[in-house]
Amino acid sequence: MTENSALLECRNVSKAFGAVQALYKVDFEVYRGEVMALVGDNGAGKSTLIKSIAGIYPFDEGEVYFEGAYVDIHGPRDAAKYGIEVVYQDLALADNLDVVANMFLGRERTRTGVVLDESSMESASRQTLNSLSVTTLQSVRQRVAGLSGGQRQAVAVAKSVMWDSKLVILDEPTAALGVAQTRQVLDLVRRLAEQDLGVVIVSHNLHDVFECADRITVLRLGQRVALLERAKTNQQEVVHAITAGTLDHVPGMETAGAGADG
Amino acid sequence: MTEHVDPSVPPAVSADVSEPPASRPPQGEGPSQETLAGFAQSWWQGVKAGELGSLPIIVGLVAIVIVFGILDDTFLTERNFTNLLLQMAAIATIAIGVVFVLLIGEIDLSVAFVSAVGGVVMTLLLRPDDPGWPWWLAILVALGITTAIGFVQALVITKAGVPSFVVTLAGLLIWSGVVLILTTQASSIGTIRIQDDTVVRIANDFLSETAGWILGAVAVLAYALAQLNTARQRRASGLYGKPLSLIVLQIAGLALVTFAAVWYCNQDRGVPYAIVILLVFLVFWSFIAARTRFGRHVYAVGGSAEASRRAGINVDRVRIAVFMISGFMAGVGGIMLASRLRSVATNTGGGQLLLLVIAAAVIGGTSLFGGVGRVVSALLGALVIGSITNGMDLLGLASGTKFVITGLVLLGAVLIDAFAKRRRTARGVV
Repeated sequence: MTENSALLECRNVSKAFGAVQALYKVDFEVYRGEVMALVGDNGAGKSTLIKSIAGIYPFDEGEVYFEGAYVDIHGPRDAAKYGIEVVYQDLALADNLDVVANMFLGRERTRTGVVLDESSMESASRQTLNSLSVTTLQSVRQRVAGLSGGQRQAVAVAKSVMWDSKLVILDEPTAALGVAQTRQVLDLVRRLAEQDLGVVIVSHNLHDVFECADRITVLRLGQRVALLERAKTNQQEVVHAITAGTLDHVPGMETAGAGADG
Repeated sequence: MTEHVDPSVPPAVSADVSEPPASRPPQGEGPSQETLAGFAQSWWQGVKAGELGSLPIIVGLVAIVIVFGILDDTFLTERNFTNLLLQMAAIATIAIGVVFVLLIGEIDLSVAFVSAVGGVVMTLLLRPDDPGWPWWLAILVALGITTAIGFVQALVITKAGVPSFVVTLAGLLIWSGVVLILTTQASSIGTIRIQDDTVVRIANDFLSETAGWILGAVAVLAYALAQLNTARQRRASGLYGKPLSLIVLQIAGLALVTFAAVWYCNQDRGVPYAIVILLVFLVFWSFIAARTRFGRHVYAVGGSAEASRRAGINVDRVRIAVFMISGFMAGVGGIMLASRLRSVATNTGGGQLLLLVIAAAVIGGTSLFGGVGRVVSALLGALVIGSITNGMDLLGLASGTKFVITGLVLLGAVLIDAFAKRRRTARGVV
């Protein structure tokens, strides 16, 4: 693994659901310490791309490289093994459990292999929340049901970095949040990158994207139509790519685009 | 399953971990939980926000005891207390399994007849020379069969994706049919006597006075040690825990209730074996639910199956295990019921058993919405159901009246659950 190789690299990945070509020969890469925004209109393939990276359903074609090595991700477990964590839009928190239980859900620590090690999990949860400067939580023993939207997002993000995470994928993290809470979450996203993690943020909100992203990948109709650096682009250019980016391949005519290569 | 050393904490942060911040109670409007008064205050805030716990049931139990104590002279006698315990033991035992099923947000309508299958199979295997198995083997096989029934029903629920309501409703019919077939085939009059003294003693014999006291003392001591150990560990990790005064108060409370119950039982025939069996299972399953990874996953699946699945929990496996627990505990309860009546018959498992068992779990405070409840609610709910039934029997109320009153109590419990849930949800949408 060399310093300048991508943390995650998807080459020519495709995915179809029946007759619908959700992704067609997409290239996508993320580096350590970078926030990569993934934008596109509804149905552009954003969700399909991140779900396939997360192992929810495998790509039909194409290769995925993680830390420079070819990887075969067949389920969420595989993804977690490599250090890929996804924070979904609906956060996937169990409302009836407290913050600690949620942060360790599915990976509980035990003493002697049987009994839950509550105190060690509680300490570790506090440490992680502190390291991300999440200060709004009153108690880590609060049930998640009682948290605000921003607090829930913070818990979900903190949960994703508790493990040997190298890549954190956030699906619409600021949707449904107020102004102040959006601010907190975007700060949190930057802190993840500062901790040298690779971060992918899927968003509809270009304002948020320009606040926190380093680079922007634009998908349109299942293809990558633009890869932009935030510092060298503007919202107009991104909007143009989202709505009218040039397609290498016309949907429904597979053979026509077969030779195209990113 | 590997345990990571938390990698996300940069060295700079871990340097000040030893300092108080991690151990200080959280800042904010919440009262400090380190004093008894603070703890009581935050508990009361929880109650107001819909975290009722066992509060309604304990209030209800006290009310029931007072009402029936006034209405009937025999209700509070030692004899009747022991009878009441014997009557509710099987209901509570079966309800433990139902609590688990409710915790994952499912339902098991087959438990009553599955328990009957357990009782019938055991009784048949005990018939002298036909095949005349030893009691322990007959019990093991019976429990194996009821557990397997739970497994098969869970397979249909998880693999075919059929709602548990429908699958276990079918199970209710199937297993009632099986009970009928087995009992009528084995006996022309449809009643089979249990011909084994050990099995009959399960629900008809009592601990000696001394054994009762020793058992009570062991139980209280074990509880005290567990509580103090938890508190010690939390302090060692620099986390604030329950105030010591509260722990002492809880231990004293438990000791009082336990020793009073043992003393009262000893005034009559002693502590029933069935109660000992019930308490052993109660402690065991409470431990599994509250302290183990599996138990945590049960609650998680009940809270959000989707979140659990994404967290890598094998949701189907949890569901299957829970229905197996339900089948197993139904089997244990069925054996108790058979033992108490010293026989099984064509109507075993019928009547109100199913409704009483589910009512016990719900009245005890287990939410029908999944994810909320404790194993001990099976005992508390069964005590309520048992006291009401027992009291109304003593008063000689008509069957119709008894059904109406039992139904109203269940309705009341469900309404409390629904309102509590609304309070919790309202607070969740801050």
